[in-house]
Order: sequence, then structure tokens, then C-alpha cells
Amino acid sequence: VVSGAPHPPAPWAGRPSHRGDRVFLGLTRGASILVVVIIVAIATFLAVKAVPALHKDTRNFFTTRVWEPDSKPAVFGIATLVFGTLLSSLIAVVIATPVALGVSLFITHYAPRRLARLLGYIVDLLAAVPSVVYGLWGLYFLAPKMVPLSRFLSRHLGWFPPFHGNGEYGHSMFEAGVILAIMILPIIAALTREVFLQVPTILTEAATALGATRWEMLRTVVLPYGRSGIVSAVMLGLGRALGETIAVALVLFSSFTITDHVLNAGGNTIAAEIATYFGEAGSVGQGALIAAGLVLFAVTLVVNLVARTVVARRLPGVS
Amino acid sequence: VKRFRTGRAAGVAVLAVSAAVGLAACGSSSGTSSTPSNSSSSGASGVTCAKGTLDAAGSTAQANAITALADAYEKVCGSGVTINYNADGSGDGVTAFEQGTVAFAGSDYGLGTADVPAANKRCGSGNVAVNIPLVPGPIAIGYNLTGVTSLKLSAQVLAKIFSGKITKWNDRAITAINPGVSLPNEKIQPIHRSDSSGTTYNFTNYLNHLDPADWGYAANKDFPPAAGGVGAKGSSSVAAGVKQTQGAIGYFEDSYAVSDGIPVASIGNAAGDYIVPSITGAASFIAKGTAASDGKISFDYKDTSSADYPNVLVTYEIVCGKGNSASTLPLLKDFLAYMAGAGQKLLPANGYASLPATVASKDLTTIAGLAS
Repeated sequence: VVSGAPHPPAPWAGRPSHRGDRVFLGLTRGASILVVVIIVAIATFLAVKAVPALHKDTRNFFTTRVWEPDSKPAVFGIATLVFGTLLSSLIAVVIATPVALGVSLFITHYAPRRLARLLGYIVDLLAAVPSVVYGLWGLYFLAPKMVPLSRFLSRHLGWFPPFHGNGEYGHSMFEAGVILAIMILPIIAALTREVFLQVPTILTEAATALGATRWEMLRTVVLPYGRSGIVSAVMLGLGRALGETIAVALVLFSSFTITDHVLNAGGNTIAAEIATYFGEAGSVGQGALIAAGLVLFAVTLVVNLVARTVVARRLPGVS
Repeated sequence: VKRFRTGRAAGVAVLAVSAAVGLAACGSSSGTSSTPSNSSSSGASGVTCAKGTLDAAGSTAQANAITALADAYEKVCGSGVTINYNADGSGDGVTAFEQGTVAFAGSDYGLGTADVPAANKRCGSGNVAVNIPLVPGPIAIGYNLTGVTSLKLSAQVLAKIFSGKITKWNDRAITAINPGVSLPNEKIQPIHRSDSSGTTYNFTNYLNHLDPADWGYAANKDFPPAAGGVGAKGSSSVAAGVKQTQGAIGYFEDSYAVSDGIPVASIGNAAGDYIVPSITGAASFIAKGTAASDGKISFDYKDTSSADYPNVLVTYEIVCGKGNSASTLPLLKDFLAYMAGAGQKLLPANGYASLPATVASKDLTTIAGLAS
């Protein structure tokens, strides 16, 4: 589960002698090479398609807050989209992580076995709902429900800048974050559940024997033991939220602005922008969207690297 | 250890499933595919019923019309005829046409100058692609104001609302033209299309022609970002947003307003009259327009008749004048002739206007002249 865990030295690392071993080694090696080839192919495709459009861009691609690649001269920049992508994903992670941890702790340490199994199935079922269905649900059902909640947050927590509201609620970054949170919840819950199951019984029993209550045992043994696993689970969820496309495109009413007023409609994400504009984009427009895709690729890569670094640093403490 | 392994497998399985689901969702374009039914009465409705399969792609705005007409055509002609229309958007349709993968493209606007060379190239050297206007409709301005059942909006007011110059419903510019209507001191929330659309093109064309001072943006299938407001993907999302949001205003084809029960405004014309959207009003407005040699219709926004609804769109089918595939040509001509002829009677029932007789007869001449 823990990505980036140091692997035990393989005692069979030498040249295999049996035919079965050789075939199997070939298959596994082939699979690994295939993954690398696919990633390189995607990155190359993005770069090759993006570069001509980037050359046509007449302003700074990273700081411009306009997206009119098909006008003459072409003007487009990624700043608002990167901001919206990170903001919606951040909201999603902030909402989903505590809920997911609660669910998996309940499943592993509180619920009776049968209930735990049922609950596990239900959480996994969330992952099987197509994202377009989440989008339609958010568009038609959740959006009207978000209005009173947003109004409440704006009225009572308006001193917190993001909760400033101007009266236009629903179809907001906040709602997009909630939808994303629901979508990444099963990923985080499934992975942390496995992490918590790995905590050696001897440690939990020792804590209990020392007089720890259930909560103290979870806090002092289970959570610290699973920390790296939790981090990597959250990062996997974050990766999913960063790249989510159609649900955000349907739920979020977009504008090309940077705003931290998450309760109001406006802003957009890279993936949703690509989904919305690609069908009708001109030649420079398509290249510009692919350049946006390249940026998303890079952002996701950085997030993954950071996650792996975090996990690698934590790991010696727990193994 | 064993538990760990199965757990890991389960986790990976969850990821795999969600990844697969994500991919499936990405690929879920709204395609329309029709299969022949077996109630044969060939020769009726003035069609000759060529056999075969016709592939087309394009605009979502006319998808309902083409689906309905294709079903009706296949019912008349019986088995052996299949018409596939893949509603991926006008841009995708035009691209597919240029690549030669479809017999015709449905588009919300005539071929732009950027697309003309590629489209002509597909038709073979010396041949040109033509725009045939076939599916028209009124663009409604829907709003959400509790207790307000009738609202008049001039082009000047609309231009100011959609460019953010008027921000409150009780702005004097609005109350002055709506005597007797009590308008709330509430923020106006204009919702436009975030994706490229012929509805946006035609609505901004109306604004730009009637009030260039307040709407300085040329007609464009992309809503000008500088005008502000928020964008929703597709007409159904705009309609849903207007329906859900107090104080919202948006534009979409009238059929969305009818099906979602959204109140619509009466729209000002060049003479300062206010006209309720209707398919007859749209048709008579379109009839005043002039058709260019490439088939594109220019509307007469100076039209002052109070019977004509001035905010309309016309969607086109794009085909090769000459250079169509010989094998599908008979079916292509016959189906397009059906769309321009008997099929027009079916359009109002599906939320569209019918073509004015002058445009329809011109279409029929163009279609009769299509060649391989």
C-alpha cells in the first residue's frame, strides 16, 4: 500500500534458470517497460502538440489571466486554471480526508465484522459511480441544496475571507470541491482501511494492556503507525481530484477569474476547461488546451513526487 | 501477511475500477444512432427512399431535430436505411466532414473563413462545400424572479446586463420599460454558455447589431470572457442554472424554456417593440433575411415588424456541392430534401421553427444540384 516503500532484496535476483521463471520475468519486465513507454508517449504527445501553440502565445503563458487562443493575436495563460485546479482539489481533500479516516477507523476498530464488511462494500460502490453521473447529480440535485449552506457559511463565517459571499451561491468552487470529495472518498477510505489493518495486533494490544482507551490506542498507535500510508492515500485521492474532468465541467459555472471566494460561481479547472473547449477549439486553441494538459501532467507529477518524498521520510520511523 | 496481500489487491482493484469508470465517463459523448424500423411505404412524402447508411456528425442544437427527422424518414422508407448522427458539437462535426468521415456536418453557423479551405479540399479540386440552412429556432431569454411573470427587455438592457453594466433587477433602465412590474432589489446573475455554441453566436450577433455601443464584441461562438458573468456547459446546464438560481438570466433555444417551464422575456426589436418568442415569429423574422451565395443567411436586424421575433438562430448542414461520395449521394440528397421539404412540418413539434418557404425552396434547388 505504501508507495515508495523500500523493497526487500530479492534473493532470486540472479538469472533465472527455469523456463517458467524466465517467461514470468519477461512478462513482468514487459509490463514495467510498457508503463514507462506509455507515460513517455503521453508526455511527448503533449509537448509536441503544445509547443507550436505556445510559440503563438503573445503573452506570458504562466501569468496571463486570459484564454483567447483563437483570437488574433493569440492570448492565453494558465494562471487562473492552475489556481482553480489546486483550489478545488484542496477543498476536496480537506473535506474527504477526515470523513475517509473516520469511515476506515470505524470499519477497522469499531464496527462489528458484518457491518464493517457491508460498509466497506458501500464505500467501494461510491468509486463505481461514473463521474458524469456525479456531475449530473451535482448540477440538478446538489446545487440547489448548496445555496442555503453557502448562505449560512457566508453569514456566520464571513470573517474568514474565502467565505465572503456576494449573494451568488451554488455552482461554485465549494460545490465542485464537495463533488470531488465524494469522488475521492472511496480511494482514501479503501487505502487507509488496509493501512489500519496492517497495524500489528501486538502493538494495539500492548497499548490496551497499558490502560489506553480505544481512542488513546488509535491516537498513540494506529494513526502514527499508519501515517505514511494515510499520506499516500490522500495523495492518490488528490491526484484523482486534480484530473477530474466532466463532473467539474458540469457542476462548476466557470469564469476566467482568480477568486478565493469559494462560495460564489466562477473560476475553472484545467481538466474541465479542456473538456469544455476542445470540441470547438481552432488549431491554436487545441494546442493551447494541450499545453494546459501538459501543465496538469506536470502538476500531478510534482504532487506525486512530493507525496513520495513525504512517505520516504516518514517510513524509517514506522518500519 | 495474507490479509495484507488481499487488501492490497482490493485497493488496487478499487483504483482500477475507478480509473476504468473515469475513462468510460470521458468517452461518453452523446451519440445518436438510429436503426431502421419495418413499416414500409416507399415513395410517400415525396421521398424516393435510397438504401444504405448515411453518417453525419455535428451540432447538439439540432440533434433533436435530426434524430426526429431521421426516425420519421426511416419509418417511411422501411428497412435498408440507416442514418447516424453523432452529436459531438459543431466543431467536431466540421472536422469530421473535412476529414471525410461523414457525408455531412451539422453546424450552428456557416463555415468560417478558417474552415473553408479544408472543407473545399475534402470535396476535391475545383469543388466547394455549401451551407444549407435547415433547422431554425427562436433563442429565448429565460429568467428567475419570484412573482414576475412578464418581463420586457430591450437589446440595450440585455447588452448591459450581459456585459455587467446593469447589476440590479430594479435598475432604472429595466423598471422604465416594465411599468407595473415590481422588480426586486436583487443582483442579476447572467449565465452564458461556457462552450462554443451557435446559440451564443446568434445571441451576440443580435446584441451587436441592435446596440453596438453597449455590446462592442463582434458575434462569436465563444462568449467574450471580458463581458463577465459565469458560463455553464451546454444549453441544458444554462437552463438548469437559471431555473435553480434566484435572480438569474440566461439564453437558450426556446425549446429548453418550454420543457423546463422557465419564464421568458419579451425581446426588443429595432422599432422598440417587445416580442414574445414563438416559432412563427422566428420563421417570419428569418424570412426577411438574405441568403449569400455560400448559403449563409444574414438576418435583417433592422426589421421593424412587431410580428417578427428578432433573436433567432439557424443551423446548417454542410455538404459538398460537387464531389460527394457516389455511393451515398442518392441517400444524402433524398434525406436532405426530406429535411427541407416534408420534414419541416415535424420541426415545431420538436421545439424548432420551420423554415420560411422561400428559404426552403432555395434549399431544395441546392440539394437537387448536389453531385458526386
